[in-house]
This record gives sequence, C-alpha cells and structure tokens, in this order.
Amino acid sequence: MLADKDRIFTNLYGFHDWGLEGARARGGWDGTKAILARGRDAIINEMKASGLRGRGGAGFPTGLKWSFMPKKADGRPHYLVVNADESEPGTCKDRDILRHDPHLLIEGCLIAGFAMGAETAYIYVRGEFIREREHLQAAVDQAYAAGLIGKNACGSGYDFDVYVHHGAGAYICGEETALLESLEGKKGQPRLKPPFPANMGLYGYPTTVNNVETIASAPDIMRRGAAWFSSIGRPNNTGTKVYCISGHVNKPCNVEDALGIPLRELIETYAGGVRGGWDNLLAVIPGGSSMPLVPAEQCNELKMDFDGLAAVKSALGTAAVIVMDKSTDIVRAMARISYFYKHESCGQCTPCREGMGWMWRVLTRMAEGRAHKREIDMLFDVTKQIEGHTICAFGDGAAWPVQGLLRHFRPEIERRIDEYARNPHPEPIREAAE
Amino acid sequence: MAVRRLAPEHLQPKEFSFTAENLAWAQNEIKKYPPGRQQSAVISLLWRAQEQCGGWLPQKAIEAVAAMLGMAKIRVLEVATFYTMFLLSPVGRKAHIQVCGTTPCVLRGAEELFKVCHHRIHEEPFHVSADGDFSWEEVECLGACVNAPMVLIGHDTFEDLTAETFEKVIDGYAKGSPPKPGPQIDRHFSAPVGGPTTLTDPSLYAKKPSAGEPQQPAVADDDAKKPGAAANVHEAPIPKPPAADSSRA
Repeated sequence: MLADKDRIFTNLYGFHDWGLEGARARGGWDGTKAILARGRDAIINEMKASGLRGRGGAGFPTGLKWSFMPKKADGRPHYLVVNADESEPGTCKDRDILRHDPHLLIEGCLIAGFAMGAETAYIYVRGEFIREREHLQAAVDQAYAAGLIGKNACGSGYDFDVYVHHGAGAYICGEETALLESLEGKKGQPRLKPPFPANMGLYGYPTTVNNVETIASAPDIMRRGAAWFSSIGRPNNTGTKVYCISGHVNKPCNVEDALGIPLRELIETYAGGVRGGWDNLLAVIPGGSSMPLVPAEQCNELKMDFDGLAAVKSALGTAAVIVMDKSTDIVRAMARISYFYKHESCGQCTPCREGMGWMWRVLTRMAEGRAHKREIDMLFDVTKQIEGHTICAFGDGAAWPVQGLLRHFRPEIERRIDEYARNPHPEPIREAAE
Repeated sequence: MAVRRLAPEHLQPKEFSFTAENLAWAQNEIKKYPPGRQQSAVISLLWRAQEQCGGWLPQKAIEAVAAMLGMAKIRVLEVATFYTMFLLSPVGRKAHIQVCGTTPCVLRGAEELFKVCHHRIHEEPFHVSADGDFSWEEVECLGACVNAPMVLIGHDTFEDLTAETFEKVIDGYAKGSPPKPGPQIDRHFSAPVGGPTTLTDPSLYAKKPSAGEPQQPAVADDDAKKPGAAANVHEAPIPKPPAADSSRA
C-alpha cells in the first residue's frame, strides 16, 4: 500500500479547499519558476527518466511525446491540448482532478506547455462536466489573477495562456484527432494519421494532446524528481495511478495507488471487497469498457499495470476496474457495452458504423439464446474485420470487449442457445446475414 | 450513430436572438480563439442558446449562431445533430432528466431508475410528461461510475440513487426545491462509504499557506540559472529502484 506522502492527488475526495490557497497549502505552485528555469530539455529529460506513460488509455511515454514537438524555428504557434473529455465507461478519475485539484492541472499545463514551446493551452472538458468546468474556470481565473499564468507566468518571462473549452456529449471526441476537429468547431470525426498532431494539429499547427492525469502528474514529478516517481511500481510501469473501482463491490470508490498493485489487494483494501466475497467474482473489466474482460480465475494473481494486464490479453486502459459478480448476466452486460459503441460511433468508417449495430443486435439475441451456434464464430470473425480497419482506435476498442466475451464465456452463450432451442417458440430463430 | 432531426415546424419558434447578457458572453467566448478561428466557439454558443431557449435548440437559434460566427448554416446544423447534448425538441419545463444507462450503472441498478421514469414521466424517452414539467432520456456514460447509478439534471448530478431516492429528487424538482446534488447516501463524493481509507495522514495538510503571498521557490533562481549541465544533458538513464528498499515492504 502506497504511503499517503507518495500520493500526488492529495485532494482527490474534495475534503479540502480546491482553490489556490488550498492548492498552495498542499504544495502546488511551489517553485514553478525554478522548474521552468531548468529549461525545456531538462524538463523533457526528467519526464523521460520518470517513465511516466500516458494515463488516458494508450500508455504512450509522455516525455517522448513531448519531445516530438518541433523546436521553434518557423514562428508557427504551438499548442498544448489537454484531453478532459473523459467518457470511457467506468472511468471517473479526471472528474475528481478537475473539481478537486484543478491547480495541479493548470500548473502542469504551464510546465508541459513551456517544455514543448506552446504558448497556449486548451483544456477540452466533456460537456456533461458542468460543475467541474466551473471549478476549473474559477481556478484558471485565480491563477491569472495571481500572475501564475498569463503574461510573464510565475515571473519566468514566459507568456502562457490557458483556456477552458467544452464539448457536448460525444465519446469519440476523446480520440485526439477527433478532439482537435471538435475544438475547431466541426463534427468530432477523427483524422487520418499521418500527419500526426505534433506536426499538423490544432488549426494545422504543432499540437500535443495529453490526458488530464498525465499533465497533472507533471508538477510533482518535477518537484520530487524522476527517481522518486520511477521508484514506485516496476520498470516500464512506473508511478502512481488513480484507479476507479465500480460495479459489484461493497464500497465503490476512486483511489490513487502504485501501478502494479495486485487486483485483489486493490479491491479488498480500498473497495471493501467483491459483493458476496472474492469467490463470488465472475469477471472484471480492468481498464474501462474498451478493454477485454478478465475472468475470475485469472484475477487472483493479476497485477494492475501495463505489462501485467497485457499478459492476460487485456490492457490497463484508464485503470477503471468494473467488477462483475456471479449474479451478472454477462452476455447482456457486454451487449449493453456494444450498444454504447453503436450509439457513439461517429459514422465515418463503414466497418465501424455498420459493424457496431450488427454486433449489438447479434449479442442481444445471444443474450436471450435466440441465435445459432455458428453465429458465435461469425461474430468473432466480424470483430476481427472491424479491428484495425478503421481510421481511429474506436473500432478496436469496440471489438475487444466482444472478443473478450467470446474468448472466456463461449460455453455460457452456447448454453443459452441450447436452452432456447430446447423449448418450443412460435417464430423461427433468425440468423444474421454474413 | 443515431438519426437526429430538428423538431417539426409547428414547435419551432419564429425567431431567436441572444439576450444582451448572453451576447456579451458570446463575444468574450469567441475571443478565446485566434483571429479567424471563431468557428471554435460554435459548441459553447449553441450550448448557451440551448439554455436560453429552455433546454432545447430550435432551428432559428442554429441559424443565428451560424450568422454570428460566419459559418454556413449546414456546418452548424451538422454540429447540432452530431453532439447528443444538443436536444432538438422541447423538454420538460422543470427538468429534463438524463439517466445513465451504461454497464457500470446498470450493474448497480440503473434499470430501477428507468422504471421510475416510465411511470412518473412517460413511457418513451424525449416525450414531455402530461403536465409538461418533466422529460427524460437514457444517456451513455456520464463519468461518475463509482457513484452509480446516477442522473444528470440541468447542471447537477445526483448519484448513488435508488428508486426511492430518485423519486425524492423528482419530487424536489416538482416542488421547486431540489435536494443537494451529489451522492444521495452518506458519502463524500468519490470516497468510499464510511470514510476514506487513504489520504488520512494529517501532516499532508498541516502546512498553512502564506496569506496571498507567492511562496519562495524550493530552489533559488541562481541555482537554476547557472549555465551548463542540466539543460544540455540528453537521455538521462532511467534510475532503478534500490534493490532492498525496506520502505516498500
């Protein structure tokens, strides 16, 4: 269990003042000028050395991402865009940072923006986070009034502006290029890559998009040093992470702990255990709904980090643990996730636009058993045809949970089909067209 | 993807213009973006227009925003139909209730909340109740999964609901005195029931801020401004954790 002094988000639960005074009392905005004075390369090297990987889902090394920004030569503006469009089902960590620790994020914006030569940061908050946006805007105003951002930010001689922008309820805008489209005032449909945002991003200028938690971790890493951060967790999976534990646990909660904490310890120490005891566990979705589920028998020794979850063919994603006990109708639960993806597909690529609805309809029938066994293979085949054949990773994220279901719960689907077929029904069982 | 169309002709108001206050706000909003990029403000302007129109977005408001930002009408219509928080037909006068129906909420009993919506408001989503006060819809994940099940009404979320407490929330809105937003059980935001298990070390919060004065940086400016090493070092090796570290046992 991580010691309290090693936690970054010390006001995660909002027991303390989220404003500037409170943030300063907890160590925020401490020595920011001196951090900036260390220079761009030193900051990026420190981030690289810390081993911080993006906290938004893909886990790309943050320092490396910052270093992709072109060195300022041609006079084009550079942008930092913070992805606060947190919509992955199961995930609610950024919400707590936005409403309870907004100054960590703003300070992180300044440090990150300085390191990549960006003079403007846009924070794209999802539309539904209305109160969170108000807190963040108030915190930005406080920071401007105190001279921490704006002209000559923190007395460093660097000019830096932070603007709060918001969306209006589209999951796809959490994809970085869709987010940029949305920020430009268009439909949020992802762009083809390359060109990557580091070369052609917002308004066609170099842009880096980072998750809230990633940016908000930066000030503490700079203050306490890369060695402190990288001493937590294990190599390639360093640092702390905010976990969201939801579903069938006794005390659902958010909690920050080290990467690599065993899943069982995470659930039993912080979330009051699985409802009905550990043996009542059916499966967990370890990283937000896009990640394949992990059945109970693989959960005993499971370590919650990038490598630990890759070993069971899942992924850390946003570290949003959705726990399902044995009372769960697993096929229906996954069919509901498929409905989510059908609803949120932006409609740009055919495999995704058509495939999402198809998968949802077939899974809904399978949940009732009103299907043919050969459709199980057909469904798996369709997920493989969607995965990797779309512009963005949305298609992958929608195909994986279905693949996870078929990989681990095929006998359950077959049982339902048998049960349905055993009883007489007036209508014939329909079959999906290939 | 869903087909979303504008409300039928007879429901559409004949005209729309921003109030003076909202107009000033909108002009400030446009200034956030570089010159010539005023299109970026389209979502926030449409959102303000929706609030001004009582929670939904009429065609005239879409056209007014297009004119204001110098955009083609179709581009603004695209935005209005793409983003699901823009409601294209009239909603309940007192509250439009958005119930989260995604898996984490369903696991904690969101289906009970839908039943309440069915008998209290209307069988169908997006239909206004008989008295015209309420409407509801099923929305996808609202990002409060550890407080599931939850609803969003106006600007506020009501979390950790049961059918009974949800009825109380609706009663509150009907009477014009909604309950306190946030968790509806004894719980502080996303902390576990019964109080937090972490962040309990009082020394974290013992430090008092100096009243309004910016604090001295931990490192003196002179230290950092010395020319040489730090800024020029490339690819520092990744430090390894100590082999036997008793603090992590």
